[in-house]
Amino acid sequence: MRSNTVGWLMLAPTIAILGIFGILPFIYVLYVAFHQWNPFGANPDMVYNGANNFRRLVFDGEFLFSIGVTIKFAFFAVLSEIALGYLLAQLFMREFPGRGLFRTIHTLPLIVAPIVVGSVWRLMTTPSIGIIPYFLKSWFGYDLNIGRDAGAAFTLTVLMDIWHWTPLVTLTLLAALLSLPKEPFEQAQIDGANRWQIFWHITLPMIRPAILATVFIRLMDALRTVDEVWMLTSGGPGAATRYVGLHIWKIVFPKTDYGYGAAISVIVLYLTLVMCWLLYVALVAPRQKKQEAE
Amino acid sequence: MMRQSSPLLHVLLWVLLSLATLFPIYWLFVISVKPAVDLFTTPSLILDTFYWKNYVNVVGNATLRGYMYNSLIISTSNAALVTMLAFLSCYALSRYDLAGKENIFFWTITNRMAPAAVFLLPFFLLFTQVFVIGEWRLYDSKVGMVLLYCTFNLPFAIWTLRPTMDGIPRELDEAATVDGATTWQVIHEVVLPLARPGLAVTFILTWVFAWNEFLLAATLTSFNARTITTGLSEYVTTTGTEWGTMASIAVITLIPALIIFSMVQRHIVAGLTFGAVKE
Repeated sequence: MRSNTVGWLMLAPTIAILGIFGILPFIYVLYVAFHQWNPFGANPDMVYNGANNFRRLVFDGEFLFSIGVTIKFAFFAVLSEIALGYLLAQLFMREFPGRGLFRTIHTLPLIVAPIVVGSVWRLMTTPSIGIIPYFLKSWFGYDLNIGRDAGAAFTLTVLMDIWHWTPLVTLTLLAALLSLPKEPFEQAQIDGANRWQIFWHITLPMIRPAILATVFIRLMDALRTVDEVWMLTSGGPGAATRYVGLHIWKIVFPKTDYGYGAAISVIVLYLTLVMCWLLYVALVAPRQKKQEAE
Repeated sequence: MMRQSSPLLHVLLWVLLSLATLFPIYWLFVISVKPAVDLFTTPSLILDTFYWKNYVNVVGNATLRGYMYNSLIISTSNAALVTMLAFLSCYALSRYDLAGKENIFFWTITNRMAPAAVFLLPFFLLFTQVFVIGEWRLYDSKVGMVLLYCTFNLPFAIWTLRPTMDGIPRELDEAATVDGATTWQVIHEVVLPLARPGLAVTFILTWVFAWNEFLLAATLTSFNARTITTGLSEYVTTTGTEWGTMASIAVITLIPALIIFSMVQRHIVAGLTFGAVKE
């Protein structure tokens, strides 16, 4: 094995950049979280107030609701994207006319800016000008009003997320499927395995790292969604789609309650970390143990 | 679904899926060529009016052209930097026996977990008061945005490239080393060509993420480094949205992304033979 110094040198710039732009703000946010600070409030100075912000947070119904609805959103969106993305990746594994063209089309939503996605969906669903409420009304007599109907607003944010992000899942899973060796599949077919057995015993274990990485990325992004939902519903109606990123924004900016906003941020970051760590442990650790045993 | 289906069914399925995928983008275009008064009439699925005034207004606007230029510089520099750093990092993580490397790997991704809204305040204070050299400050500078975008792009790139890098057999490196190749030669002549499809995908995705970023750019820039997404948002307010202008900026915003995308698309297709390289 070559000298590890070279390895560390290759990692150094990454560690430096992420240290300065990742850790420094985090320490700062942690510091602010233990203070009462509203620069535009009655007392504009930063005042140390111990864990008061955190104490307030535990009983804050709005915050707890926001956490709950964010998790619900992330769960439905990511689950659908993984399932749909995998199916589409499998379909792309076959030869059929126009495959390249369809793949290009399917990948298009990825390059659309979240803020544009939000605007487009708002354009399509706003009651007076939207095309979707118009056709739902004239064909099915269903009155879609995302300004009033909380369930419809929630569903639309999930659909929007699926439209926007399934292509990413398809792309990463397709790359994983294509990099699989052919022999185990040929062998399994010779041995008379059916498609389900091949999927369950060969494909799934082999592409599990790719699925895991994709779930991670998507879960984290879904939990911090702001731009699209901000454009589509502004968190409404009421607080039905006020996902946690939006909630923090509303505390930090219009209310300029920096101390409390910082406390919420710290907790959200902590919850996200714990959730991902649990997922990581649950899915990766057993496999590693198995490998070590072999 | 898993059964051997005819190509015709396949194509039909994809046509339907493609229509669902394309419709929102198509509709954006339809709105961008409509005068404001037509928005509230009975919607028609067919493109019936061509009102180019929206585009003329946007292209004739020097400020918006400047924003577009800033966006191009920032996202290209960021994607190049991120792809390079991620390549080196993944090589190190994959090939060296570094103490605590799995923890470092996990740590990188934690940088992406934080809701961006949380860090607006600390970034704003750091950029205006701490990262200052004389007259020059990181706030509203392109360099600042390029470095800042690393916080979400670099972890993403590292996590996308790692499986690619781990998938390139170590035996190839070892064989080259035995033949007397230096580390640089191994990277340049063995690993890099095999990792190219992965690198291409990483580059486009990070480029697009940087190009599309909104929240940080809106807070940490004012003019010199202001990007096109923030310019776009200036036309969307809760009171009176200029749908037509907004839609036409959005369509224009899509164009460079489309060009870059179609260029690298070929790379991805070339990369599809990647599986054949492996044992």
